[in-house]
Amino acid sequence: MSAIIEIKKLTKQYADGYRALDDISVQINEGEIISLLGPNGAGKTTLISIICGLTTLTNGSVTIAGFDVVRDYRKTRSLIGLVPQEMTLEPFETVLGTVNLSRGLFGKKQDRAHIENILRQLSLWDRRNTQIRELSGGMKRRVLIAKALSHEPKILFLDEPTAGVDVDMRRDTWTVIKDLKRRGVTIVLTTHYIEEAEEIADRVAVINGGKIILIEEKNELMKRLGTKQLCVELEKPMTDIPKSLIRFDIQIENSGSRLLYRYDASMKSTDVHSVLAALATENIVIKDLQTYESSLEDIFVDLVAKEKN
Amino acid sequence: MNIYAMRAIYHFEMARSFRAPLQSIASPVISTILYFVVFGSAIGSRMTMIDGVPYGVFIVPGLIMLTVIIQSVANASFGIYFPKYLGTIYEPLSAPISPWEMVIGYVGAATTKSIALGLIILAVSYLFVPITIAHPLVMLFFLFITSVAFSLLGFIIGICSRNFEQLNIVPTLILTPLVFLGGSFYSIKILPQVWQTITLFNPAVYLISGFRWAFFDVSDVPVTLSLVAIGLFSALLLGIVSWIFSTGYRLRN
Repeated sequence: MSAIIEIKKLTKQYADGYRALDDISVQINEGEIISLLGPNGAGKTTLISIICGLTTLTNGSVTIAGFDVVRDYRKTRSLIGLVPQEMTLEPFETVLGTVNLSRGLFGKKQDRAHIENILRQLSLWDRRNTQIRELSGGMKRRVLIAKALSHEPKILFLDEPTAGVDVDMRRDTWTVIKDLKRRGVTIVLTTHYIEEAEEIADRVAVINGGKIILIEEKNELMKRLGTKQLCVELEKPMTDIPKSLIRFDIQIENSGSRLLYRYDASMKSTDVHSVLAALATENIVIKDLQTYESSLEDIFVDLVAKEKN
Repeated sequence: MNIYAMRAIYHFEMARSFRAPLQSIASPVISTILYFVVFGSAIGSRMTMIDGVPYGVFIVPGLIMLTVIIQSVANASFGIYFPKYLGTIYEPLSAPISPWEMVIGYVGAATTKSIALGLIILAVSYLFVPITIAHPLVMLFFLFITSVAFSLLGFIIGICSRNFEQLNIVPTLILTPLVFLGGSFYSIKILPQVWQTITLFNPAVYLISGFRWAFFDVSDVPVTLSLVAIGLFSALLLGIVSWIFSTGYRLRN
């Protein structure tokens, strides 16, 4: 995959000396969904704002499809659609009016069929003549997405797209995002919901304190940093771990009635088999068995905590 | 050039006014009628002619200027401040639009509205007093350039304001007194000599005088001076707008 966004040594320092971004270099590939994860104030929104032209950069460069975001801003911005974090909409405008305005602002001729298509896809067509102030929060969020898609962008930035919306709406948004990916749109997503990144992202970048502390394929990341747990509930509690089981990293919990075995998600399943076989050899009766897999959230919390230390 | 964007901003701004016709059109028209009733009929009937023009007719250019100046600033400042307040400004700022295209969209719409208002007030005036316009083209030019200049001023005020109070400071504390004291309702020739000299520092005097010349062929200051004054004022405003855009002042972080 070729890079569509190239960020080189990007730094943003505000007038008061606060460094929101510190020497960031990242490539974002065409057609991928990349999720930017990070705690509040990590620099996610600043990064997006610089790429979209809302914030000036202090040092470094950002190019989109080879064009510089400062010098060739007309070319770069017409390739981008932005769904901002805040519900920023003119309350007295109609849905259709505001979406048409967006298309015009991005230099495209009015196209009724295209706009109808987007509004239908986002279930907004029936409300097209409704004033925005009469819409629910979820609907407004959809209007923001419709506006961002109105000029057929190649890259879509979604800044916390599902913050404050219900579960159905969240799932709908994911469907729209996946569909856009199928059509070749590159998607950059910031989110607080790690579940969201886990569900739809191809790659994950973790930002903290203005630096990118990790960027990796989601599946690789989960394989590499994710851990699995095998939890064995025992018929009879035990006080000590039998000798044959000492070579495994096993802990006794719950007053001896539970054994906990932690293993790497990337390891082969034969390890689990060996543990179970060893338990059988020792004639230990198993009441129940469970396995847990760590989520992206656990990985993220671990990473940020490590960074703090 | 992003013509679609300029058109989109222009239409959006025009539509905003049509959504609130009472505020945009009816209220300036009603206040003008009140001025006519009070100054033109009630007080004007007891006034002598000024420069050979009956008082009721004499105040027409001043009234139009008063409304055009105040409404240009109000419209343009609100037009750019409201999106800043709502946060919707993110969209034009992230769109492939040059700053000047943005100015043309916003200021163009405010100018159009002011010119339309000026002409509506002129039409309303005909209902009260007989008016003949000595230099119609010059009159239209003054109407146009004043609308552009004060819409630009409004645009600057809208960008610089951090809250609704600041938005109103310049129109209320500076603009309204300047226009009232700039000879909207009197000829500065009737003032004592000292005040005449002081008044010449008021830029509104040149606008109102020039505009009145276009109507009655009489003026307080030479019409060429009026043109130079409004030209310099516009150039100054364009300079400020260009500085704002080159630094991103109060628009981009």
